[in-house]
Amino acid sequence: MGTEALEIAPPRTHYINVAYGVKSWLLTVDHKRIALLYLASVTLFFFLGGAFAVGIRLELLTPQGDFVQAESYNRLFTMHGIVMVFFFLIPAIPATLGNFLVPLMIGAKDLAFPKLNLLSWYVYTIGALLTVVAIIMGGVDTGWTFYTPFSTNYSNGNVLLVGIGVFITGFSSILTGLNFIVTIHTMRAPGMTWFRLPLFIWSHYATSMIFILGTPVIAITVLLLALERIAHVGIFDPQLGGDPVLFQHLFWFYSHPAVYIMVLPAMGVISELVANMSRKNIFGYKFVAFASIAIAVFGFLVWGHHLFVSTQSIYAGMIFSILSYAVAIPSAVKTFNWTATLYRGSISYNTPMLYAFGFIGFFIIGGMTGLFLAALGVDVHVHDTYFVVAHFHYIMVGGTIMGYLGGLHYWWPKITGRMYPEGWARFAALVVFVGFNLTFFPQFLLGYMGMPRRYYAYPDEFQVLNVMSTAGASILGVGYLIPMIYLIWSMRYGPHAPANPWGAFGLEWMTSSPPPTENFPETPVVTWEAYEFRPYEETEVVGGSGVEEADIPEPGPRTRH
Amino acid sequence: MQVEIPFAPEQASTVSGEVDALYAFLWALTIFFGVLISLTIIYFAIKYRRRSESEVPRPVAGSMKLEIAWTVIPFLIAMGIFVWAASIYYKLYRVPNNATEIFVVGKQWMWKFQHIDGQREINELHVPIGRKVKLTMTTEDVIHSMFIPAFRVKMDVVPGRYSHVWFEATKPGRYHIFCAEYCGTSHSGMIGTVVVMEPADYQAWLAGGTAEGSLASQGEKVFQDRACHTCHFTGRAPNLVGLFGKSEVLADGSSIRVDEAYVRESILDPSRKVVSGYPSPSQMPSYRGISEEELIQLIAYLRSLTQQPASASGSAMPPQPAGGAGTGSSGTTTRNGNSSTR
Amino acid sequence: MADSHTASQYGLAHHFESMEQQREAGTLGMWAFLITEIMFFGGLFLAYLLYRSMYPNDFAAASSHLNWPLGFVNTIVLICSSLTMALAVYYSQIGKKRLLLLFLAITVLLGLTFLVIKAFEYYDKYTDHLIPGFLFDWEGPGNPQRVQMFYWIYFAMTGIHALHMIIGIGIMLVLIYMASRNRFTPEYHSPVEISGLYWHFVDIVWIFLFPLLYLIGAHEAH
Repeated sequence: MGTEALEIAPPRTHYINVAYGVKSWLLTVDHKRIALLYLASVTLFFFLGGAFAVGIRLELLTPQGDFVQAESYNRLFTMHGIVMVFFFLIPAIPATLGNFLVPLMIGAKDLAFPKLNLLSWYVYTIGALLTVVAIIMGGVDTGWTFYTPFSTNYSNGNVLLVGIGVFITGFSSILTGLNFIVTIHTMRAPGMTWFRLPLFIWSHYATSMIFILGTPVIAITVLLLALERIAHVGIFDPQLGGDPVLFQHLFWFYSHPAVYIMVLPAMGVISELVANMSRKNIFGYKFVAFASIAIAVFGFLVWGHHLFVSTQSIYAGMIFSILSYAVAIPSAVKTFNWTATLYRGSISYNTPMLYAFGFIGFFIIGGMTGLFLAALGVDVHVHDTYFVVAHFHYIMVGGTIMGYLGGLHYWWPKITGRMYPEGWARFAALVVFVGFNLTFFPQFLLGYMGMPRRYYAYPDEFQVLNVMSTAGASILGVGYLIPMIYLIWSMRYGPHAPANPWGAFGLEWMTSSPPPTENFPETPVVTWEAYEFRPYEETEVVGGSGVEEADIPEPGPRTRH
Repeated sequence: MQVEIPFAPEQASTVSGEVDALYAFLWALTIFFGVLISLTIIYFAIKYRRRSESEVPRPVAGSMKLEIAWTVIPFLIAMGIFVWAASIYYKLYRVPNNATEIFVVGKQWMWKFQHIDGQREINELHVPIGRKVKLTMTTEDVIHSMFIPAFRVKMDVVPGRYSHVWFEATKPGRYHIFCAEYCGTSHSGMIGTVVVMEPADYQAWLAGGTAEGSLASQGEKVFQDRACHTCHFTGRAPNLVGLFGKSEVLADGSSIRVDEAYVRESILDPSRKVVSGYPSPSQMPSYRGISEEELIQLIAYLRSLTQQPASASGSAMPPQPAGGAGTGSSGTTTRNGNSSTR
Repeated sequence: MADSHTASQYGLAHHFESMEQQREAGTLGMWAFLITEIMFFGGLFLAYLLYRSMYPNDFAAASSHLNWPLGFVNTIVLICSSLTMALAVYYSQIGKKRLLLLFLAITVLLGLTFLVIKAFEYYDKYTDHLIPGFLFDWEGPGNPQRVQMFYWIYFAMTGIHALHMIIGIGIMLVLIYMASRNRFTPEYHSPVEISGLYWHFVDIVWIFLFPLLYLIGAHEAH
């Protein structure tokens, strides 16, 4: 495997070897190094959250509560949710891959505010540490949704500490989003027009919109919750004239868009993978780009679909249902366009592409089951059951983590300058695919059969499917451990990577691997369209009459390359 | 449309089959699109696999027609699903007028049921087949959620308000009641059983009896114990006879329908919405601390109050404040125990 | 305008191509930040609107106990400070260091005036036992619980606003320091400009808070 290492170029300074020592990392303002700081942190939290999941699945192996106490089980699923959502899924792609790639892809030297970028990692870390302290002190048992009045008046967990942790971490998202928006607006290289941007950038732009619009709302909501828990003035307490459902509105106003924070960046990754691994221009570029924006915008209008059975008016329910269907359309458009992109491509079966295939498959199921949940009459039955659990894991684990792993493999040579072992990686992708389906598909059936979520013990008839799910989870766990091991191994022993190992197209592949601190020797001037593997003049018009002139991207001012 | 499907709870209510039909349709749609896209991807992936490392295919132009097609067609399908699903939802949550009312109080971690005839149950609910049953629900502490999978119904139970759900059971048997909203340590222990019986068995069960009398008479007892009659039947406070279901004019000129929510609020927070013609803030003390069950009994009592109870005939005839109804003045608001309000 | 060919590339961070780009980035960044601020306060405004519509009379009663003349004075103080801030930005643009320093200083003084008045108001509330959750005691009309809710929202909103004021004053002090060290030139003054945006935003929030909190009961008093 290591034979290619011999033919490597002379030693060169890049962002990793430019400086050594703890201080050079902890005080860095280089977006690439900060991305690696984030990578280490979110990986840590991924495995912490995963450890909680192990506890959950073991408990659910049998109908009786026997592995842990009910109280402990409630803390397990709560901490699993909080750690995974706030400390892994939300920052996973934007703060690691996004941080690394946004400046590279648009031809900038760094993000617009490098110090804010570093600050965001510290803010994240402080929030995360507070949460870890809360976990060590016994955790919290409210569910990651913190519903009132349970969380304010009844819970005996460390709601306050976790709330403050989440509150603080929120600001790291805001800083990241702010940085991306400003960077994408003002720091594109000459010639890098909006419609020449890689779709990864579009999806991160959409994500950043949600970051800056949504995160402050969860911040204030959690703050209200914390103050309420201290002062008990009754803002969410019906005994004192407050309205507990107000909390649910505020919470989901952020937390539903937060789902799109998790999945939009993954969609951006998949767009890159599908285009580059089949060496084709993306089919319907503008549609895919605007679909991201549409998802971000509509995402803010659908929070009420979490409240179909919450005593909300049935007419409000209907409006939120229609809007939820509206948000499904851009997702469908993306899926169709990815599929069409493969047409007449040159499709590689490398690991990143396998993850992309997996993503699309999971996303179809996750997305379609979203239609079940938006369907009012069905949602009444499946609301708060394992059907919901299965659905959002298909999106968050099947979607986000597949995108994350796919992207991590794809850009790994760029990030570390080393290749990962392809054979192991394909094997791991397969294990993840099998393990994932076995874990979560049975949960759809469980949910419809009526098993409510957050149940510590359950009636006997649910056992068989739960055993399947636990079995799948252990396979899935192995599937996540393998990449962890070989990726770390490859950082030292992997073959050196060339600048562009995939024959991919994009500014990030036009600089060396790993890139120098300034990213490019000199500011690139962009004279090509996105994914222009071959000149667009050679565009194939497929289906004759079915294609209009306007569909062919009109080249901007350019010089032939 | 009614269909039977695997991996579903028993169909034991009038709506179960309809929900299952839509659910089955949605799976059919999922499988159709899932297979369609997967096969397309597999076909492309094999046919257009990379044959040499240096291969670079020609670009392919997008197609406005295709884009429109796969925007509009999913949209139309989605709207179809919406209409279908919304019609079921409407049916689930619009409570029919002639439903038998059963009161539910959730509490960490049990369900308490009170029948109009006075029976009380905990974690077990007896209902007959073929009769529409309305659950009027509230909770003493946190949010719970009433979930009966076999009936395909669920409704959150929120402190401080009454929520409603209804069903009509079709098949005798014993079915799960789950609490579906996480409510603390023994959330998963907050399960009960709904026992669906043939009408005859149900009558027998009802007759098996209660020592305490009907819910309304229990309410009357609370009314007496709390000395409510000393004001409400002497003219110092609005006369409650025949009031339930009527509209009242408030001090600020607006009007309000006297329903469970208003009665509840007026007992707990009398000054908030004072009826026109009475001093504001109200002279009535707040009965905060009264239990949810007592509140329900009082509501049942007020609803049954269509004429002046003999026990309350004081010296003065009750006056008739604005919007108040005369004693048994008309039949419009007359109710008996079993037919409840909308 | 920034011409990138002058020798004065002073103040240009390493990762920007030109002063123009740097200024654009800074300004856009501040606007984006202000949008998050609006959303942040938005959650509080929503809670306020909901409970005010649920309990209009209690809120009016509670509001009438606020010291509206002091609130009014504070409004004037902040409007004046916005003016002085705008003047400071103007003088930084044309490079008048002394006037820049003068108006920054006045802005700080006005900001401090606001905070001092606010502190007196808070102290009054403290002596009147109107701190929610802390020996709260309400004798006047209205349901004490609802009144407490009003005061809770009042303290949350004005407290977070005051926190923004304190941060703003801190920023002003940094600007004064930088200006006194001749850090600003007509080519490079975007920190003043951007801080100005922030200051105006904080003022505008108060312009909303004042009528919403202090003047609810005004129409009923007569």
